Amino acid sequence: MIQFISGQSFLDFIALICLTLGWYIQRGKKGGWAIAVLLAGATALIWVSAGKGGIDKLAIFIVLMSAVTLVCYALRWLLVRLVPLSLVPIFRSAPLTTMFGFLVIGACLLMIIFAPHIAPFSESEVVSTAYAPADATYWLGTDQLGRDMFSRIVFGGRHSILLSLTATVVAFFLGMFAGLFAAIRGGFVDQLFGRLADVFMSVPALILALLLLSILGTNLAVLVGVVAAIYVPRIFRLTRSVAAGVVVTDFVEASRVRGEGDWYLIRREILPNTAAPLIAEFGLEFCYVFLLIAGLSFLGLGIQPPMADWGSMVRENAVLISFGDITPLIPAMAIALLTVGVNFIVDWMLKLTAGLKDNS
Amino acid sequence: MLIVSFLIFFALELLPGDLAHAVLGQMATDDTVAAMRKQLGLDVPAIIRYFYWLEGAVHGDFGTSLINKADVGHAIFGRLANSFFLAGFAAIIAIPLAVSLGVAAALFRDTLFDKAINVASLTAVSVPEFLLGYILVLLFAVWAHVFPPMADIKDHAEFGERLYRSFLPAMTLVLVVTPHMMRMTRAAIINLLASPYIEMARLKGTPPWRVIVWHALPNALAPIINVVTLNLAYLITGVVLVEVVFVYPGIGQLLVDSVSKRDFPIVQACCLIFAATFIVLNIAADVGSIMTNPRLRRPK
Amino acid sequence: METGDKRLLEIRGLRIEAVAGDAVSEIVKGVDLNLNRGEVLGLIGESGAGKSTIGLAAMGFARAGTRISGGRIMFDGQDLRAATDAQLRALRGARIAYVAQSAAASFNPAHKIIDQHVEAPVLHGYQSRAAAQEDGIKLYAKLRLPEPDVIGFRYPHQLSGGQLQRAMTAMAMACRPDLIIFDEPTTALDVTTQVEVLSAIRDVVEQFRTAAIYITHDLAVVAQMADRIKVLLKGEEVEEAATEQMLAHPKESYTRKLWAVRSYERPEKSRVSDTSQPELSIRGLEAGYHHGPKVLHNVSFDLHRGMTVAVVGESGSGKSTTARVIMGLLPATSGEIRLRGEALPPSFRARSKDQLRRIQMIYQSADTALNPRMRVSEIIGRPAQFYANLKGAALRSRVEELLSLIELDPAKFYDRLPPELSGGQKQRIGIARALAADPDIVICDEVTSALDQIVAEGILRLLDRLQSEIGLTYMFVTHDLATVRAIADEVVVMQRGCVVDSGRKSEIFAPPHHPYTAQLLASEPKMDPHWLDAHKKIQGLSLERNEFS
Repeated sequence: MIQFISGQSFLDFIALICLTLGWYIQRGKKGGWAIAVLLAGATALIWVSAGKGGIDKLAIFIVLMSAVTLVCYALRWLLVRLVPLSLVPIFRSAPLTTMFGFLVIGACLLMIIFAPHIAPFSESEVVSTAYAPADATYWLGTDQLGRDMFSRIVFGGRHSILLSLTATVVAFFLGMFAGLFAAIRGGFVDQLFGRLADVFMSVPALILALLLLSILGTNLAVLVGVVAAIYVPRIFRLTRSVAAGVVVTDFVEASRVRGEGDWYLIRREILPNTAAPLIAEFGLEFCYVFLLIAGLSFLGLGIQPPMADWGSMVRENAVLISFGDITPLIPAMAIALLTVGVNFIVDWMLKLTAGLKDNS
Repeated sequence: MLIVSFLIFFALELLPGDLAHAVLGQMATDDTVAAMRKQLGLDVPAIIRYFYWLEGAVHGDFGTSLINKADVGHAIFGRLANSFFLAGFAAIIAIPLAVSLGVAAALFRDTLFDKAINVASLTAVSVPEFLLGYILVLLFAVWAHVFPPMADIKDHAEFGERLYRSFLPAMTLVLVVTPHMMRMTRAAIINLLASPYIEMARLKGTPPWRVIVWHALPNALAPIINVVTLNLAYLITGVVLVEVVFVYPGIGQLLVDSVSKRDFPIVQACCLIFAATFIVLNIAADVGSIMTNPRLRRPK
Repeated sequence: METGDKRLLEIRGLRIEAVAGDAVSEIVKGVDLNLNRGEVLGLIGESGAGKSTIGLAAMGFARAGTRISGGRIMFDGQDLRAATDAQLRALRGARIAYVAQSAAASFNPAHKIIDQHVEAPVLHGYQSRAAAQEDGIKLYAKLRLPEPDVIGFRYPHQLSGGQLQRAMTAMAMACRPDLIIFDEPTTALDVTTQVEVLSAIRDVVEQFRTAAIYITHDLAVVAQMADRIKVLLKGEEVEEAATEQMLAHPKESYTRKLWAVRSYERPEKSRVSDTSQPELSIRGLEAGYHHGPKVLHNVSFDLHRGMTVAVVGESGSGKSTTARVIMGLLPATSGEIRLRGEALPPSFRARSKDQLRRIQMIYQSADTALNPRMRVSEIIGRPAQFYANLKGAALRSRVEELLSLIELDPAKFYDRLPPELSGGQKQRIGIARALAADPDIVICDEVTSALDQIVAEGILRLLDRLQSEIGLTYMFVTHDLATVRAIADEVVVMQRGCVVDSGRKSEIFAPPHHPYTAQLLASEPKMDPHWLDAHKKIQGLSLERNEFS
């Protein structure tokens, strides 16, 4: 299939470029010229350094990007028609990047739920020789032990994502309540929690993770615990600062001086007003947790074999890079895709709530 | 800072099971365990050992490595220099790049340029460092044969040679750190441009370039310095991963290796150094913000 | 009217739109404006009338999110809408200048005052830097700023609000513009500071024969400053006339309503009997923040049943602090508070539920006083539920009863959220929330200060009515003497944390006065256009003394 495209890559390439640029320039946007210049420069560079092979790859890349863009347009069109009326303007004005995010998250959800049905083989079954190339049975080839890459990716995704999700939820729960409590109580409790958080945050996440994991070993429960513990202070800090902004308002003071208890204040006054930034933060922290776990696995300290995991898969197959094979990059790109997708959606949510704040 | 060192040391002391057991592994019998403990100095209570360690640390003596019995300090020193070189290289490129892109994006807000930069930076932020590293290796080392895939620096390599070999890892770091800095700079500048005194300057008929250079920039220094120093701290984390990808002989690689080999003195020392750098940078950020805020420099 | 001269500013059919994403709404709907050289036009209206927007349009400027969509703006024969950016820049600062509402925010905190002052004349090529600096110092002296030689060389955060406002006026005058637009310059200032700034502005405007557009919502202020007054309502002109004529014979009903606001006055009530026990009695209150210096010194006064005591003072006088101490939010360090003879613990945490119920507070800014995510029914219902354990149908009927009491239709407002409501409506909800607890005493902390004048009057009338119907006791904290005159029975005057004067309203407002009270009364702008001149003659050099306070 790849041969087919590259055979005609040159023509596709030129046609696509001219179409897109013509459209942009015709709409009067100056950016169109900038992109044209950029593309021309990139093409020239690649031609010079990598010859026709490089141009082929560039062409594939551009075709892929255009296809994805079209799918995103389609998705937005679809969503606008499916969503209840009050939400329509929000979705109509959502940028394409958000649609991309939805696509990615949707795909991952499907993958997690239907993993055993999608993957043709199990994650640890040795099915062929090591490093077999991609073909009809083994869609992405096999890894260094002869296990099917595709199945490993599916299962690996499930493990990585669920693990990160758990860690994020735990961290969020602890951090959020600590933050809310500190904001309400103020004084000594606030100072104490704050100092503790500072101490933990004074060591960069990865380093701290390495330290703790080297002591405590690397079984799953420990991993979740350590990662959660690392992110609790960050969530605490954020929740506390957002909540502190709400706590000093007149309406919270009015409730307090009425004699209301802490629990009522948290539940009815503070949480509803802090929900939006917290939800966005949840998405962001999930990304960080996910990247950390992937990074740890990449370094050999996260999820242990034979459990599949995207990070360790990168490391195991790293040798292939020197031969120009991109197989080891596939799990890495999967990591990137999911993170990018979540980030796009969080970005969109933040823009929405910022707008709401101005209008309230 | 003291608390952090305390924490690191005691974290290691909380080892479930015995240090001696761990080291001896299969060969542990009661006698050998006792002997090992004596040798490692574990029979002295923990607190006293902590102070011995601190004292040693201040003098640059971190004890001996468990594995190769060499002096820890010596092993670290050369690598530390390498890591700093790499980080410095990356920082010199990244900071001006990120700040100028951020300022440009803020000025041309909502144009295609800005939107493209936003998407690109959001993507770059989400991509793990090792992916970036490998992509660069793929592009430049394998396909284009421009740079070597592994940064193989000898101790006495020449400066030019060093630059060449560490170019890819440095580029990776630049790509890791720049988007963060750029986004924060952009946000800070946009916030600034909405200030009433900027509007006032425009209403006085001030030409746009002067509005930016004379009015906006002096007030932007504080948030930008804050952003830059915070991100330099983030650079530290990136260093570890990048060094592993490129097999660069730096302190990050050392840390990772020692962790898998359970070489505790080295782990302790490396963590301490990282933590110290992080803290120093944070303090520098605070000091920087204070110095650039005229309100704090000249109180009423 | 000089018919020979070309008009300085001529605006015809001005239309300005606000653009937010796809939504476009018109905020100025076809306004005409004429201004001759040396004339001062007062633009008056409530918030949302479009006065600031029109003022900025006179410079050809539209804030972000707005655009000038129609009409003609001619400045000295030049069409501002057709002008290029460069041409507009040449005009701004040089021939048309702008004085903003908040001087503190309009000065660049990173540069000295004098540097910002000389920027305009130097950039426009009018003067050399040295000459501009000298001129600046002379202007500071004319505007009666303290230490004019030195003050320019300070940073904005080192000057007070009133000083900054005058420095900004000086900056606007630097190029001797033909037109200055004053956008609510004294709204954020204390009454006594306001007088200084107003007379300083009047002087320089007269001296340099500058034309001015004076934008404000305060009628008495506009009466002092303007030759002609134009009344605006929701982006349209209501009426325009020369000041004296406008004040004496307003034509439109809206104008008359505006003028009437200042004259609302409820007759004073006297105590039931002089010997009855007061509802609330505070003696010798002292308080401070966090081991800092004391902010209240030996504050004592009484509240009697069914009366309204107005606690009046400028910012920093301690009036709001007193309210917070009474509520228990800031525990007093010494002194006592007695509620019908019963001593109250200093901190609200130590008080019983019933004690907390009996004193309720209404806040100044309704935007922050109501939880934006809580429905009206819950905002009002919660105190009833909390204190009286009302539930279900009983609770609902109580909420509806309260809504009717505050003159809001229960059917329409039961399920609303605060961001959907207007400022006046939100303030009424705040009142209902306080009433829902069935209190004995209600503390009103500057409840009308943030509202437009007509709306504020509505609130005052409502509070009055509620007092007669339910028999509440009010402690009314305010800085505005007109409000005091309107609703108080007794007055307590505070300055710098001390009670300097107290007594019945009629006593306080009649001479002989305590010196500070006299100063407050004298500084309050009256509707008489000649008041400012008379004030200046009386105060004379004592004005300079006041600047240092």
